[in-house]
Amino acid sequence: MKHNLGRWAFIAPAGLLILVFMVLPMLLMGLMSWLEPGQFGGVKWGVYTPDSYIKFLFERDFGDNLVLNTDYLSIFSRSFQLAFVTTAITLLVAFPVSFYIALQPPKRRTWLMLLITIPFWTNLLVRTYAWILLLRNGGLIDSSLSGLGLLNSPLNIMYTPLAVQIGLVYAFLPFMVLPIYTSLEKLDWRLLEAAYDLYANRWQTLYRIVLPLSAPGIVAGCILVFVPALGTYFIPELLGGSKTLMIGNLIQQQFGTSRNWSFGAALSFALLAIVLVFMLIYALRFKGKGSLTSS
Amino acid sequence: MINSSNPLWRYPSLSVLMGLFFIFLYLPILVLIVLSFNQNQTATIWTNFSLDWYKVVLENPNIIRATQNSLIVASVSTIVSTTIATLAALGMAGKTFKGQAAFNGLIGLPLLVPEIVTAVASLLFFLAIGLELGLTTVILAHIIFCIPFAYLPIRARLEGLDPKLLEAASDLYAQPLQAFTRVTLPLLMPGIISGAMLAFITSMDDFVITFFVAGAGATTLPVYIFGMIRTGISPEVNAISTLLFAASLVIVLLSFFVGQKK
Repeated sequence: MKHNLGRWAFIAPAGLLILVFMVLPMLLMGLMSWLEPGQFGGVKWGVYTPDSYIKFLFERDFGDNLVLNTDYLSIFSRSFQLAFVTTAITLLVAFPVSFYIALQPPKRRTWLMLLITIPFWTNLLVRTYAWILLLRNGGLIDSSLSGLGLLNSPLNIMYTPLAVQIGLVYAFLPFMVLPIYTSLEKLDWRLLEAAYDLYANRWQTLYRIVLPLSAPGIVAGCILVFVPALGTYFIPELLGGSKTLMIGNLIQQQFGTSRNWSFGAALSFALLAIVLVFMLIYALRFKGKGSLTSS
Repeated sequence: MINSSNPLWRYPSLSVLMGLFFIFLYLPILVLIVLSFNQNQTATIWTNFSLDWYKVVLENPNIIRATQNSLIVASVSTIVSTTIATLAALGMAGKTFKGQAAFNGLIGLPLLVPEIVTAVASLLFFLAIGLELGLTTVILAHIIFCIPFAYLPIRARLEGLDPKLLEAASDLYAQPLQAFTRVTLPLLMPGIISGAMLAFITSMDDFVITFFVAGAGATTLPVYIFGMIRTGISPEVNAISTLLFAASLVIVLLSFFVGQKK
């Protein structure tokens, strides 16, 4: 008992800081989403209204009747679509890449992983900016394609959902490789040899042995890509322009030009709730197999 | 151990994919670096090698101020978050106890909550408690999200420690404090250093949360760069971006070689 008390003294500072400056603010945000917005930002304390949640689906016409408004819904569905495709593409690329690296001799493995880690720790804003240099009209891709005579009109890829999609895949690819590689690295390769001995072919071995055993890494990777991709702000801001808004841009607008803090809080709370549901599913499905932070 | 000369483990098509993968990963960065040495104004068409844009960057007072802000924020939040994370990792070591899983979840929370949500919640919280937006609010927010980055390598290192070493120390009549300063701490140091480096990079790189809680006087480098990019691409952005990449590269390599030293 006394021993445990000492432990709590050690972990208390970290725990309290996160409780006070992260959990409490999120609860406050939840509360503010039910308050009436102030005229120039801020909220009216004590004036409760479900308006911010109604606003998500409906708008009021001149007769003060609620009419369905799918603008916000379409921004949410676009965000889900982009985040989902990002997860699928990064998974399709990261799995074979991790598999290949895990098969290399240890020394080479370390170097290859270092090469993946370097962009991972390079400022994402800078890496996103680099794509503007590549994608814009007159940029590297545009000018080399037309230089080769493969392109007659400008590329016009910037400020489209495709540009955002490329930016998202590029940004989050390392997030998928790292956990999958970690689980493949721990794989007992004798199991594969046993499978080959039992006349399994490559695809069967992959399907029956490698995939099930690396499932925790794959799921962790999918969450690590999907969650930040869903809430991303500056990638669509820089590559998508005003036509490819995602949830993050919509939230930022409420604290910028739109000045509707309650609605911003409600949107953030909705995004948080979605993420927590994913976490819960993950925690229940992979109970006891280590959490994202302990693997 | 696998025998890599065994044809079973050879996947020629995978090495092609691997090549494409690394081209995709590094091409944008390479283009950025090359163009930063371009003399021309247009930012994407190559003319002549020059260091002019680096001179422009290093003489821009706004960039210098933003860099100072970034360094202050990153240093303070690295020191505080690494200290707190080291304590937490030590408290979490050893036998499992009630509440450990919950605490694990709590400490990982800043990694799991989308940045924009943390940003909004922090902004609303700071305004509600009447804290003026500035370097203080930026540092507070950075300390919180740096904690898990500092914590994970320290915890991993601690888990790899041989408990027999501590038993040996106490067999040799070391007091608990002596055993800690002479055995645990030196062995833990590589973990603490790489944790601190990750916290430092994470703080230096953060844009979204800082953008929300910075207020007018506390512009950090990423926030300033964002403003520059929004007004249009320019060779100056290429140069400052390359400098930032170089800084990250140095820290990652340092962290890598510290981690290699067993």
